[in-house]
Amino acid sequence: MNITVRVWRQKNADDKGRMVTYGVENVSEHMSFLEMLDVLNEQLTLSGDDPIAFDHDCREGICGMCGVVINGIAHGPEVTTTCQLHMRSFEDGAVIDVEPWRAGAFPVVKDLVVDRSAFDRIIQAGGYISAPTGSAPDAHAVPVPKDDADHAFDAATCIGCGACVAACPNGSAMLFTSAKITHLGLLPQGQPERESRVIGMVEQHDHEGFGGCTNIGECTSACPKGIPLDTIAQLNRDLLGALAHGKA
Amino acid sequence: MTTNVSEQFHAVGEDIHDTKAPAGPIERRWDERKFSTNLVNPANRRKLSVIVVGTGLAGASAAATLGEAGYHVKSFCYQDSPRRAHSIAAQGGINAAKNYRNDGDSIYRLFYDTVKGGDFRARESNVYRLAQVSVNIIDQCVAQGVPFAREYGGLLDNRSFGGVQVSRTFYARGQTGQQLLIGAYQALERQIAAGTVEMNTRHEMLELIMIDGKARGIIVRDMVSGEIETHTADAVVLATGGYGNVFFLSTNAMGCNVTATWRAHRKGAYFANPCYTQIHPTCIPVSGDYQSKLTLMSESLRNDGRIWVPKKAGDDRAPSDIPEDERDYYLERIYPAFGNLVPRDIASRAAKYQCDAGKGVGPGGLGVYLDFADAIARLGRHEVEAKYGNLFDMYAQITGENPYEQPMRIYPAVHYTMGGLWVDYDLQSNLEGLFVAGEANFSEHGANRLGASALMQGLADGYFVLPYTIANYLADGPYEKIDDSHPEVVAARTAVEERIEKFLSINGTRTVDSFHKELGQIMWDYCGMERTEEGLIKAISMIRDLKADFWSNVKVTGVNEELNQTLERAGRVADFFELGELMCIDALNRRESCGGHFRAESQTEDGEALRHDDEFAYVSAWEFGDEQPTLRKEPLEYEYVEMKSRSYK
Repeated sequence: MNITVRVWRQKNADDKGRMVTYGVENVSEHMSFLEMLDVLNEQLTLSGDDPIAFDHDCREGICGMCGVVINGIAHGPEVTTTCQLHMRSFEDGAVIDVEPWRAGAFPVVKDLVVDRSAFDRIIQAGGYISAPTGSAPDAHAVPVPKDDADHAFDAATCIGCGACVAACPNGSAMLFTSAKITHLGLLPQGQPERESRVIGMVEQHDHEGFGGCTNIGECTSACPKGIPLDTIAQLNRDLLGALAHGKA
Repeated sequence: MTTNVSEQFHAVGEDIHDTKAPAGPIERRWDERKFSTNLVNPANRRKLSVIVVGTGLAGASAAATLGEAGYHVKSFCYQDSPRRAHSIAAQGGINAAKNYRNDGDSIYRLFYDTVKGGDFRARESNVYRLAQVSVNIIDQCVAQGVPFAREYGGLLDNRSFGGVQVSRTFYARGQTGQQLLIGAYQALERQIAAGTVEMNTRHEMLELIMIDGKARGIIVRDMVSGEIETHTADAVVLATGGYGNVFFLSTNAMGCNVTATWRAHRKGAYFANPCYTQIHPTCIPVSGDYQSKLTLMSESLRNDGRIWVPKKAGDDRAPSDIPEDERDYYLERIYPAFGNLVPRDIASRAAKYQCDAGKGVGPGGLGVYLDFADAIARLGRHEVEAKYGNLFDMYAQITGENPYEQPMRIYPAVHYTMGGLWVDYDLQSNLEGLFVAGEANFSEHGANRLGASALMQGLADGYFVLPYTIANYLADGPYEKIDDSHPEVVAARTAVEERIEKFLSINGTRTVDSFHKELGQIMWDYCGMERTEEGLIKAISMIRDLKADFWSNVKVTGVNEELNQTLERAGRVADFFELGELMCIDALNRRESCGGHFRAESQTEDGEALRHDDEFAYVSAWEFGDEQPTLRKEPLEYEYVEMKSRSYK
């Protein structure tokens, strides 16, 4: 198949940026979306142009490094990561718009690459259990009900890609934040820091310039790992409880 | 002794030995070593600094633990966040000798299985320690909130993995690596917040700084601004993963590379056993020449899937049109006792032989069928879906084919590299102050790694070994402060800058990827699943020619002072050429078959790998030389496990 892509090109953080149109011929339906960009980049390089910069690493949908907005949808038309999207999802002759995540807290670094370090800082603000190496009791000392463990796992599958922020009209990172609150808050090991965690992480979330959550739900429908929206309800309950205890 | 044909490519030096492991009963050695190490007063620790390169399981756990202890840690990764490191992609699980199933497991049995599984090419002392600390790892991870699979009673679930007879594998669905890495990442972020760890993301190490025989720092490139930075410290840890991407196509992440360890090798660190490569039998085959990476599917699929090819070469009928009596279930036929569950290397090689004989299926004839029709008939679709649903979905997503209705196609792919920088019992390389952890070192897996042991080793090194052994080294510090104007620092920086300038000035006609793909094909054809003397000699010559062409004809666009992904790849591929050549020389020297190294000349009448313990029971540690490398042998002795050859017939 032959396709046309219109790609956001921006030399660096200070550049204004613009959409640039490229044709890509002989695209196989079995190519991944990123392999299609690889092929385009080989063409650009040989003609002396600057190849398109995009983040990617594992290319098996787990590291969370890739992610672009395709035709206005974070990670494109299938609910998966960009690296796991294949060209069979597009028609021959398709015109495809490719843009970086758009959010004030994710400044563009170059082309399709954005700076998601705000996510790391939200984790630094409490997204952990303080368990210094060597201090742990036997793993069976504290049984965890299977249901809690399974739900904690569901929340823990977040890959930190940022699609939730890109999809949210408010640019909120509440799904990312609540996934960690839920993961750690459901486990007995996470209880001692449960209240300080939610206060710290939400404060950092706001400080980074992410928007507030108004329960739109675009985040969860764009999430390649299906993090459920009720994690945000869990965050709100924890936050209210912590504020009621005067932890702020 | 006959002269080895490999010696036209290398010199042979004096033997080397590990001098750090205490003698005496093996179960006491780690305790004794810990007791004999020097301690550092807590008040002095913040004056001591450690650089940790890489944030996978080994690097993140080491940086977090050293930070907790109070040292000043500088951590580096090439990704945008430490959470992206490729440990995250490990699916199956992590072994630990907890014996929670009461099924006869023990530290000794895990030790025994690992030494035997490594085909008697690992050090007994190191492996025993690994088995000992495995139990602490599970405790540590649970305390951090890693959501391992649990049973209804609330206790941890275990499964049997990779053909062992005990259930010692802990797991978190098919995402164990992800959950363990997130645990280590959170511990690391906690230390970053506490100010003990200074994190440098999107930074790539390009040179090691050696001063007065000690590793004292690194030169890195800020991958956003292009700035070349100098970082000095009292010790340097490399936890930079494996080098499977020398094959271009592998299950590694796209960015995985050998540059950090190779640059250290060029500065004098021995590179050990580079030819030991693990090739995983159940990966999704290549679909076209645009292919950028290969995806592994858990080998648990072989528990219920049956592997076959058409009996007739070149049979291009759809699998459903090939009647039962025209199919060759070759693993069941050749290995009736183990059938489809033979070890990874045997399954991989058997698939290659079928494809070489023209019986392969799918694009390019590089695939064999993995058929679940019988399992679905026997267990019902529902049960197959419950067991393998996520893998079937992944397969369908990538290939566009429905594995419930037609057989999967699989082909082997490079997955893990057992070789790496040589280290002693303290995980210190032959260079003082340079420590190496995780897949980047050569140590615990010998010639072959068992399933669910990579995660165990990464975390053992980072959480429980390095923090003791580095403290012992630092107890002699702080070492003299190094100024950026020190001649060795200036020389290292200049070398990096000149290399970058060289890449940008060649302006040739071929892309970096086209060279990388061609190198990968040479490695796969001649230094892959089966190696021969003739093929390896040919490969060395081809690699040298290709390398010369690369340095005169590669095209790297853009400038240094920007995010330049082509420039990043050029540096990595340049180092892969040199590593690839050393892998071939190592494979040529080792005229035996063992673990992940199969020499066609060394097999039994039945086609099984044949070791030559009399001649090759040693670690091959290679010393860099401008003209040619020098082989140094570390003899391996087995006091506890009797050397045997394996049989799966």
